[in-house]
Amino acid sequence: MRRGLAWAPLAAFVLLAAVAGWALFRPAGTEVRSEMVGRAVPAFDLPAMVPGKPGLSTAALKGRPYLLNIFASWCVPCVAEAPKLVRLRAMGVPVMGVAVRDTPDAVADFLRRNGDGYAAVGGDRASRVQLALGSSGVPETFVVGADGRILLQHIGDVRDDDVEALAAAVRDAR
Amino acid sequence: MRGKARRRAAAISLLMAAFSLSAARGGASSSATTGGWGAASPASTEAPGGGGVPSASADTSDPAAPGRTEAFPVAVEASGGGSADAAALADVPLRDSVREAAARALMETLRCLVCQGQSIADSDADMARDMRALVRGQVDRGEEPAAVRDWLIQRYGAYVTYDPPLSAATLPLWLAPLALLALGAWVARASFRRRPHGGRGG
Repeated sequence: MRRGLAWAPLAAFVLLAAVAGWALFRPAGTEVRSEMVGRAVPAFDLPAMVPGKPGLSTAALKGRPYLLNIFASWCVPCVAEAPKLVRLRAMGVPVMGVAVRDTPDAVADFLRRNGDGYAAVGGDRASRVQLALGSSGVPETFVVGADGRILLQHIGDVRDDDVEALAAAVRDAR
Repeated sequence: MRGKARRRAAAISLLMAAFSLSAARGGASSSATTGGWGAASPASTEAPGGGGVPSASADTSDPAAPGRTEAFPVAVEASGGGSADAAALADVPLRDSVREAAARALMETLRCLVCQGQSIADSDADMARDMRALVRGQVDRGEEPAAVRDWLIQRYGAYVTYDPPLSAATLPLWLAPLALLALGAWVARASFRRRPHGGRGG
C-alpha cells in the first residue's frame, strides 16, 4: 500500500506530461465558431456599397432563404471565392454580401476584377454586423432560412466542393 | 527521519492548501451576471463629430427569436460619420473617466478573435479595434460592462473572454482548488495527529 502510494506522484507527472504532449502535437484549431447558428439573424440595415446594387436590410429579406457572405476587398481568400459566388448566383441562390471595413471604390473594383455574385452588398464599416453575427474573420458565409434563422456557418472561402452543399442548404431552407 | 518527512509533507500540504485557496479567490472575484441588453438600451446614437445622422436600429421583430431577445443596436452608419466615430472610439478614451475605466477593464478581459493570444486592449488588429469601439460605445451609452460581455459571449461563446463563466467545462477549475484544499487538510491532519508517536524512527 505504502509503496504503491510512493509511485503516485510519478504517475501523476506522467499523466500530466502525456496530456501536455497530446495537446502540443494536436493540430491547433484556430476557428472560432459562431454561437448564433440556430438563432435568429440579428436585425441590421446596412447602406449600399456599390452603385446599382441595394444595401442590405434583414427586414427586406424576410421570408426567403439566402446566403449571407462576409467579405472584404482587402481579403485575399475572397478573391478565390468570388467566382464560386458567381456560380451560386447562376444556380439561383441569392447571395447577400456584407463588405467589412471597406470603401465603395475598393468594393466596386474588387467586384469588377473578380466577379460579382451578389444580389446586394451592404457596407459594414465598423464590423458591427460581423460582430453581431459572431463571425471572426473574412470570408465567412452564413445560410439564413426563410424564418430568419441562421442555419449554418461556413468558415473560410467557399471552394468548388462547397458550392453544391451550400446551394442545397439554401434550397432546403425554404 | 520519518517524523521529519512527515513534517515536510504537512508543510507541503499546507502550502498547497494556501495556494488553492488563493486560486479559488482569484477565480471567484468575477462572474456577476446581469440581464442582457433587453429593450433598455437606448436606440439613439450620438454623432458628436457632426456628419450624417446615424439612424440606429434596435428592434427584435424576429418572430423566430428563440427565448432571449436579440436586441442590439447594430448601428447603421450614414456613410461618413459612422466610421469616423468608430475609429475615434477605438483608441480615444471616453471623456467620462469612470466609464473609461470600466470599458478599459472589460477590454482587458476580452480576447482578440483574430490574434487569439491577446486581449483586445493589447491588440492592434482591425477587428480588435472595432471591438474596442463597440465596448466604448456601449459603455458610453450607459450599458453595463457585464451586459456587453454577455452580448459577446452569446455570439462567440465563452472563448471570447479570458474570464469564462461557470459552466460544465469550467466546473473542474472551480472545484479543483476545493478538492486540493480538502486533500491538503486531510493529509495535514493525518500527519499532525501521528506526530507524538513517531518522534524519530517510527
